[in-house]
Amino acid sequence: MSADKFKFAMYWAGSCGGCEIALLEIKEKIVEVDANYEVVFWPAATDFKYKDLEGYDDGYIDVCLFNGCIRNSENEHIAKVLRDKSKVLVAFGACAVMGGIPGLANVADAAEIKKLVYIDQPSIDNPDGTYPQEHFTVPEGELELPHMYDTVKTLDQTVDVDYYVPGCAPEAHQIAAVLDVVTAALKGEGPLPPKGATVGVNPKTCCDECERVKEEKKVHEFKRIWEFLPDAEKCLLEQGLVCMGPATHAGCGARCTSVGMPCRGCYGAPDGVIDQGAKMLSTVASIVDAPTPEEIAEIAATVPDPVGTFYRFGLPSSLLRRAKV
Amino acid sequence: MSDQFEPRLIGFLCRWCSYNGADLAGTSRMKYPPNMVPIKTNCSGRIDPVHVLKAFQEGADGVLIAGCHPGDCHYINGNYRTAGRYPLMEKMLEQMGLEHGRVRLEWVSAAEGEKFQRVVTEFTAEIRALGPLGWGKQFHDESADLAVDEAAKEAVPA
Repeated sequence: MSADKFKFAMYWAGSCGGCEIALLEIKEKIVEVDANYEVVFWPAATDFKYKDLEGYDDGYIDVCLFNGCIRNSENEHIAKVLRDKSKVLVAFGACAVMGGIPGLANVADAAEIKKLVYIDQPSIDNPDGTYPQEHFTVPEGELELPHMYDTVKTLDQTVDVDYYVPGCAPEAHQIAAVLDVVTAALKGEGPLPPKGATVGVNPKTCCDECERVKEEKKVHEFKRIWEFLPDAEKCLLEQGLVCMGPATHAGCGARCTSVGMPCRGCYGAPDGVIDQGAKMLSTVASIVDAPTPEEIAEIAATVPDPVGTFYRFGLPSSLLRRAKV
Repeated sequence: MSDQFEPRLIGFLCRWCSYNGADLAGTSRMKYPPNMVPIKTNCSGRIDPVHVLKAFQEGADGVLIAGCHPGDCHYINGNYRTAGRYPLMEKMLEQMGLEHGRVRLEWVSAAEGEKFQRVVTEFTAEIRALGPLGWGKQFHDESADLAVDEAAKEAVPA
């Protein structure tokens, strides 16, 4: 505990915990982080309670990496507290930036989801139709669970965000670079990026970093990755796999495509694109090669699950909304 | 004034065929419902799904995309792109719970004023039957609702 160290916090809201692991992926650099920062709140790694956090003065925390989406009232409460207590609040990882995988739940509302999970699942044995209760009284007092919201939100749909670090999870070298910039700025050795900037990315798109050979895109059939063994050199999109590369921000170093997995778009929309999924839908439909509009329509319609494919990480931040609230 | 629901429709019309078809309907004094706001685009292939989603978000209840008949495209194959995007977009909107038919694709040539009249009349009637979309309203503050619920609970003694 040293007073001259910068104060660091990390929090997980609606997320899997992968972003927390990703921070440790920076390996020996974590020693440098330890030399410069004192952890003042990080539930995954250290034993701090919410009341410790709530007791800090406003602006006490220098940097807070916030990962996960806003799924329930607890997520929202802590997001608001952390916003007040942090000088720099970073939306860290795809869930905090765009909603992430949990954001796909926005195709349904809370009641539908609970019904599916507690009643309709074939493996569920719940003859009385019992649902978890938000309040439950036991002899020791009242227990409370957070309230699950109908709609998953991103961090910046909830509080003001200073920087965005996309990725599922963000790549280690990008995290290290971002930490370097922030540390230098805190020490007064360099400027902070402009507020609202997406950091830890490279310009252009994922395709730009992908080393596969790209030719004219003409697709006659869309396939899924388990159906065949893709050519090791050729562009995956040209082979009929829906690869999100053209509509995804560069930054990861095209790690998925380098091992034969199509890009799933976790780095979000490139600069200037307001809706990643809509752009990708446009791309996919435009590369279908068939002689008649009917055949083109037929081939395009074979792309399974357009929402889950084109908006895998970004449904809450997109223009798409559920029709019925 | 009747109190029937008047849908708000957006029509993206390609400038070479469908917009001229609409013009022909107008100059021929054909009557059709005034619910659709026409927007002239260079080609139906220019219609990005973003335009359609944005229209819904800004309050449209239905979107019509109209372009040249296949083979007639001024840019040779722009409408083939549209033909591919449309079914995917339909499928995607269906996943989000939209009724089939909120987005409609039609080929209307410059000579088909009558078809334009028929399409807009039909489309207006169909969307009127479906009712308002109400898209975009769901990003209200759920925690505010929660506070109201809590207050209501406290007001009523259990």
